Amino acid sequence: MKPDLGQDPASSEITPENLYLRRREFIKNGLLFAATSAGVAGGLLWLLKGQRGGRGKPSGTAGTDRAGGPGGAIGAQTEPPALEFSTHSPVSTSETMTPLADVTSYNNFYEFGTEKGDPAANAGTLRPRPWTVAIEGEVKRPQVVDIDQLVRWSPLEERIYRMRCVEAWSMVIPWIGFPLRDLVARVEPTSKARYVAFTTLLDPVQMPGQRRAVLDWPYVEGLRLDEAMHPLALLAVGLYGKVLPNQNGAPLRLVTPWKYGFKGIKSIVKIRFTAAQPPTTWNLAAPDEYGFYANVNPAVDHPRWSQATERRIGDLRRRPTLPFNGYADQVAGLYSGMDLRRFF
Amino acid sequence: MGSAAPHDRRPWLKPAVFTGALAPLAVIVAEAALGRLGANPIAEALNRLGLTALIFLVAALACTPLRTLFGWTWPIRLRRMLGLFGFFYALLHLSTYVGLDQAFDAHAIFADITKRRFIYIGFAAFVTLIPLAVTSTAASVRRLGFVRWKRLHRLAYVAAALGVIHFGLRVKKDLREPILYGVVLGALLLARVGVQLRTRWLKQT
Repeated sequence: MKPDLGQDPASSEITPENLYLRRREFIKNGLLFAATSAGVAGGLLWLLKGQRGGRGKPSGTAGTDRAGGPGGAIGAQTEPPALEFSTHSPVSTSETMTPLADVTSYNNFYEFGTEKGDPAANAGTLRPRPWTVAIEGEVKRPQVVDIDQLVRWSPLEERIYRMRCVEAWSMVIPWIGFPLRDLVARVEPTSKARYVAFTTLLDPVQMPGQRRAVLDWPYVEGLRLDEAMHPLALLAVGLYGKVLPNQNGAPLRLVTPWKYGFKGIKSIVKIRFTAAQPPTTWNLAAPDEYGFYANVNPAVDHPRWSQATERRIGDLRRRPTLPFNGYADQVAGLYSGMDLRRFF
Repeated sequence: MGSAAPHDRRPWLKPAVFTGALAPLAVIVAEAALGRLGANPIAEALNRLGLTALIFLVAALACTPLRTLFGWTWPIRLRRMLGLFGFFYALLHLSTYVGLDQAFDAHAIFADITKRRFIYIGFAAFVTLIPLAVTSTAASVRRLGFVRWKRLHRLAYVAAALGVIHFGLRVKKDLREPILYGVVLGALLLARVGVQLRTRWLKQT
């Protein structure tokens, strides 16, 4: 049966051939335009991807939103105990605190990648419990202590400190922790002990950034014993009232607010008391740029940029950087008689 | 089709590349407006604008080697636009540094440019681009004569190389990306020098 095609269209309705071809070309060019511009835009944004440090998730911690990530089910691990701590420490600053979202999304923690957003994105693989810390070297009571036990060694307190990064930005962070000096006193250094050396976890599975030799892993840091005994030096286990997020150095990190941020070693597994000055990671990587002391000093520039000013995260304008990050009254005495240009 | 002008087989090419080239800027502006540039938005914008400038400079320098190696002629038509976008993003990068990062603090900027290799190399790259942008018109090619114009525009390699060094000096330790751009730039330069030497050698024999 022949299908009914209806009446033939009137000849006046037939599109002239040249117009028909032009319309086809118009559509073709339109599609090619759209595809090419999208391709150029996509290519550019892809090339810029590595630079996009600010795209980390604005809130939440790696530990909570990466459950079931490559590190295994985080929820299955023992929950860290809730923190109880005292507030209103006399050494806390009253300056506006940096929002939690910024504190947890803008980090230098090369064990999880070198971009600022990498730690927040990748630190879900770190398992901060169970965790032990080895205390050894020139001490009368060397030991390996579980983190949940160590947390109870001293009453926890909140300390709102300024944090000045060597990259000329700064934050104000409410840490929870206890003075390092409490730990030092407890393990009783011998008369030979003059320095304290700290070591970060070495585990390329938990810390994927360690698969590349960007730095000489594991990360190591150190303090002179009198610096470690200074009341401002803090061993932090939390921030903003909660256990440390992985990207901020869970479960235990050092906070020395008068020094550049890189001295604040994260995810500590070993504390060793020594007679000789211990090697420190950034100093090994670039000795002319990062000293052992690394005290915040606006008068001594980093070879590649000025340290005279800093941008407080959240501010538009830079502000002057203060000697010892504004803690000169408390700590300057530690360095009396020292040439701070030489011992930077 | 009936017109006397030669038929443009790719009338969409230039407008499409132009539109796509604005994407990095559009994304920065949109994210800044939405507060999505992260904790340090000025540093973020600076980094992205600077890298975009470098990408365009390298892309502009790739046009001629693409013709000599693959016989493609269409990239040449994009070369001026790519170079000017490089200059445009470099200008935005510098303006962000001067205006937003340093808040027009002439003293601090002067100290930075004169004292710090990282900054003065970046500044030198920008200054090198100025005569190239100014003489980017067809009229300039006529006025200077093609040979002199061409010689002047070899400075594009200098500007891009300075850009790579500036990028390399910014990072603290992870040099992978600056090295990658340096390698691409070196390969492009090598391709050109190779072709030149070959032509010269062929002429002599």
